[in-house]
Amino acid sequence: MTQTLDEFSALLLYLAMGVYAISFIAFTLDLARRSAGAAVVAESAADRVARARGAARGSAAGSVATLDPPRADAPARPRESLTLRVGVTLAILGWVLHLGATVLRGVAGARVPWANMYEFSMTGTLIIMGVFLLLLARRDLRFLGAIITGMVVLMLGVTTVGFRVDVVPLPPALQSYWLVIHVLVAILATAFFTVGAALSIVQLVRARRENGPESGLRLPVAIPGTVTLENWAYRVNIVGFIFWTFTLIAGAIWAEHAWGRYWGWDTKEVWTFIIWVIYAGYIHARATRGWRGSRSAWLAIVGYSAVLFNFGIVNVFFKGLHAYSGL
Amino acid sequence: MSRSSDLARPTDHIEQEDGAEPVGGPRLGPIGWVRFAWRQLTSMRTALFLLLLLAIAAVPGSLVPQRSSDPNGVVQYRADHPDLYPIVDALQGFDVYTSVWFSSIYLLLFVSLIGCVLPRTRQHWQAMRSRPPRTPARLSRLDAAEERVVTGDADDALGRAEALLRKRRYRTERYGASISAERGYLRETGNLVFHGSLVGILVAVAVGGSLGYSGQKIVVEGEPFVNYVGGYDSFNRGRLVPDTALDPYRIRLDRLDIVYERENENAVGQPIDYTAHVTVQQPDSGSAADADIKVNEPLQIDGTDVYLLGNGYAPRITVRDADGDVAFSGAVPFLPQDQQMTSVGVAKIPDGLPEQLGMIGFLYPTVGQLESGALASGFPDLLDPVLSLNVYRGDLGLDTGVPVSVYTLDTDDLTQIAGRGTDVPAVELRPGETQQLPDGLGSVTFDGVSRFASLEIHHDPSQGWVLAFSILVLAGLLASLFVPRRRMWVRVHEEQDGRLRVEYAGLARGDDPGLAAAVRELADEHSGSERTVGGTT
Repeated sequence: MTQTLDEFSALLLYLAMGVYAISFIAFTLDLARRSAGAAVVAESAADRVARARGAARGSAAGSVATLDPPRADAPARPRESLTLRVGVTLAILGWVLHLGATVLRGVAGARVPWANMYEFSMTGTLIIMGVFLLLLARRDLRFLGAIITGMVVLMLGVTTVGFRVDVVPLPPALQSYWLVIHVLVAILATAFFTVGAALSIVQLVRARRENGPESGLRLPVAIPGTVTLENWAYRVNIVGFIFWTFTLIAGAIWAEHAWGRYWGWDTKEVWTFIIWVIYAGYIHARATRGWRGSRSAWLAIVGYSAVLFNFGIVNVFFKGLHAYSGL
Repeated sequence: MSRSSDLARPTDHIEQEDGAEPVGGPRLGPIGWVRFAWRQLTSMRTALFLLLLLAIAAVPGSLVPQRSSDPNGVVQYRADHPDLYPIVDALQGFDVYTSVWFSSIYLLLFVSLIGCVLPRTRQHWQAMRSRPPRTPARLSRLDAAEERVVTGDADDALGRAEALLRKRRYRTERYGASISAERGYLRETGNLVFHGSLVGILVAVAVGGSLGYSGQKIVVEGEPFVNYVGGYDSFNRGRLVPDTALDPYRIRLDRLDIVYERENENAVGQPIDYTAHVTVQQPDSGSAADADIKVNEPLQIDGTDVYLLGNGYAPRITVRDADGDVAFSGAVPFLPQDQQMTSVGVAKIPDGLPEQLGMIGFLYPTVGQLESGALASGFPDLLDPVLSLNVYRGDLGLDTGVPVSVYTLDTDDLTQIAGRGTDVPAVELRPGETQQLPDGLGSVTFDGVSRFASLEIHHDPSQGWVLAFSILVLAGLLASLFVPRRRMWVRVHEEQDGRLRVEYAGLARGDDPGLAAAVRELADEHSGSERTVGGTT
């Protein structure tokens, strides 16, 4: 029974990957087509405000200072392209299949589907897509579609090839409700950091374009300006940071229950701490003169690289107590 | 309304006015230099630099084994990299998180943090007790501004605006024909609580380190453990822990139950439950209480936590001399070597026989035979245990006064008389069996197998504090990142036609994506309750 459900889960996951892959192609085609028509980089309203304010600040020091960050007004939507709608629709369809695969895996193991690396990746990518689709309902982030679906397909590929393990019972160390809380929140944090990093990457590409029209990639008109992207990235990343802080605390409480100490500089603890410190730096960078813009975007990307390293490298190659990969 | 006057932030904070310091700088005396250094240390840029430095400095501790978390790894590293070892050791690479360089980074960071937080706390205290600022002259120039035309009485309109703002938890103040309001003091409070609690965690950890203790003890089924310094196999304590700090309770391990997976063919032999059944006797109470210890469920006794961290088998062996008198009898803890719980241990019999006797034993909980003919264990549980003993005679080296591990046998001064490498096969026993030792030395009996539990006892009086501060860190963080701090103004102009033109404006202080919506919503509600005559801007 367990075996059959697991095989069915794997099948659904492959289907989801296929659908995501086509969605990725659609998103990419849309980007390509729109950027072909974009000779001039349009400046979003928020960026115009920011630039005007920057100029005003330089000339009129001492006036009523309005130093808050500009509001992020989404730019006017261009005419909807069919490929874009196909991309979103397929992303949703893929997500439903992905959800089915994950739920089945959980049913097969009769527990939460995030007890080893394979399951963590499966649920992790599910939540990355979920957070992205959820944010789509609030803002037009479809320009991130190519990056997000691309990353998810890539991660799922690595996962199914490299991390796939059979369903086995939970070892005693993982038999705790903290498995549900600690790991789920860690996954949520990772999902928000992923969207944040994607925004920062677009921001950097965009910044190169704004500095010199001939350099860098050509990006479509509909993508917001760097200031807006930075604001969005910041808001997504602070949500991730809150979740990460909670992960750290919950992990310490669990460690105290399971291992008899709340903090022991285990390799995984070290990297969780490093990530926390980098994102703390990122949040401070935003409040430091001279560090807004591309520099803070780089910090967010460095932080996200540490997240990926913590998962992909530390779990597999580093010796430590978090040896749950099942590999 | 200068920012630097009402928010004591570092000079390079993005919301600080430019030009706070004169260009070129004044000539500095000694106090001036100290002040300059202090200002540098407490600047945002330094804090950011120290944060990133801390992140980088933490990396080596994950690459090189640490004495605190992986002492065996350090020993292994020494064997694998004899050239590199002294260099890494000199750089405190095996004690990164207590090293001078790591400590100095985080201590500087905390000094910087305190230097930043203290003046801000004072300023925030004053700000919380002061009135909202005067209404700026031109509200339409602010970030978020709305305008409505309404009818009615000006004083009435102002009164209603004040009521609406108060309902939204603004602190309000009336200046002539305008209302000035401010909210979100919690944002800065949260910020200060967050940073203050980080200091709290650091202090609690430092204090806890000198007041806490921890120790390990291997307890065989049926045996007791008493919580005093001499009762432990290994014991670490903080500088301020006297011997008398240990509460001498007694734990007897009645039984250790282990469940191994048998159904799932992908996981046969995987442990799925460990439960230690114990009897606890506290010194001041006559009665004993039963309790269970599981991996994620430590037992709490008198401010200590008792953890079940490991387990193994302890074969019960009896050795008799040629006359049948008992020379040794007891359970000998063996250390597990693999997933199937093949275990290795040493029995030493210094007295009662003509010569000292040492035995290296292999326990196969469920015995099987490899193709080579060697024995192996096929399942971790005790389905068909076999004990195999290599026997040595000679000087065990116990009389030199040098401490010797109970888990190793130094065979240099010993002569092997049974087992691989000799003519006599190893002594192989199933429970209940007895076999004669070579050379007429006597006999050895395998009475049976007990389990042992490796218990860890912890006492950390500060961990409740660490938890409390951690929760405050999270709460402070939530408030400082998500509570919008904003100012709002409403000004009423009486137009010549008798109608009222009302201006609404907001100013964000810090990241505040909802400002424009908040101003619009206030304007709508305020004007909507009146008959709206004019349009919006």
